[in-house]
Amino acid sequence: MPTINSLDDLKKVREEALRKRDLKSASGQKQIIIGMGTCGIAAGARETMKAILEKIERENLTGISVTQTGCIGLCEMEPIVQVQVGDSQRITYGKVTNEIAAQIIDKHIQGGEIFKEYMINL
Amino acid sequence: MKELSLHILDIAENSVAAAASKVTIEVREDLVSDRLRIRISDNGKGIAPEKINQILDPFTTSRTTRKVGLGIPLLKAAAEICDGFLTIESIIGKGTNLIVEFRHSHIDRMPMGDLTSTILQLVISYPNINWIFIYSMNEKEFIFNDQLLKKELEGISLSEPPVLSFIRQEIESGYLSIQTPAENQKNTLKEEQKCQPSIV
Repeated sequence: MPTINSLDDLKKVREEALRKRDLKSASGQKQIIIGMGTCGIAAGARETMKAILEKIERENLTGISVTQTGCIGLCEMEPIVQVQVGDSQRITYGKVTNEIAAQIIDKHIQGGEIFKEYMINL
Repeated sequence: MKELSLHILDIAENSVAAAASKVTIEVREDLVSDRLRIRISDNGKGIAPEKINQILDPFTTSRTTRKVGLGIPLLKAAAEICDGFLTIESIIGKGTNLIVEFRHSHIDRMPMGDLTSTILQLVISYPNINWIFIYSMNEKEFIFNDQLLKKELEGISLSEPPVLSFIRQEIESGYLSIQTPAENQKNTLKEEQKCQPSIV
């Protein structure tokens, strides 16, 4: 993994990332959305997101975008993590601890398989 | 919530919800005046004057998904029990400015906690927002502004591993460079205080 020390490095990383993205079709886009409302934060969503970012960094997982959303009205199920791979249906997971977050990345993001045990049926 | 940095994350989410394109998070620790001040200001849509008092009431929220909004009232209560206060100033169409202050040494003051995670997550999650983070301990100051970085990386996911590492290290090293010596100083001070009675 290249390290960034200057603006030039940043530009190289940008070109590399753009090239990789062009190689992948749009259907390969992977998105993780974490519920970061007051309820999510109080339930530990920041630690869940931290675990996700650490895993991405540690295992050098590319092509995953990580974003946040507010309260979706399921406060009792927080921390909530939603996963969307390409054009497929967005899956919502509830009570996602650090360990479960790591498993969701392995099974769903990397393996393409829905992790049914923690899925919430909306 | 157990950490001030969790409250900062929570308040910053309000700025995001207010469609801000620029948010400044300022954390100032002053051990001389014994104050801890946090200021979160944005250029979002603002809050109407009659709404500001309502916001401080726990049974108000602008959200539609549930009927209570606890974030700001919780923080206000936490500040007030620590000889502090919370104020909100806002102009419709211009933005909102929230200030919360604590007595630094108050025994009930929540610890700062993992402030770098809070900042990192906001920077990564909202690529279209310009985040400015200012942290000071006494006279030393660290400023992180992601504007240039985001301009250069336009179109790239900020959660790409090398980018993520870079941003994380920038925030962490800057924050620690300011904090560590002062924290040590504070600890030494405590040690001295502890020692005094035994000398007497």
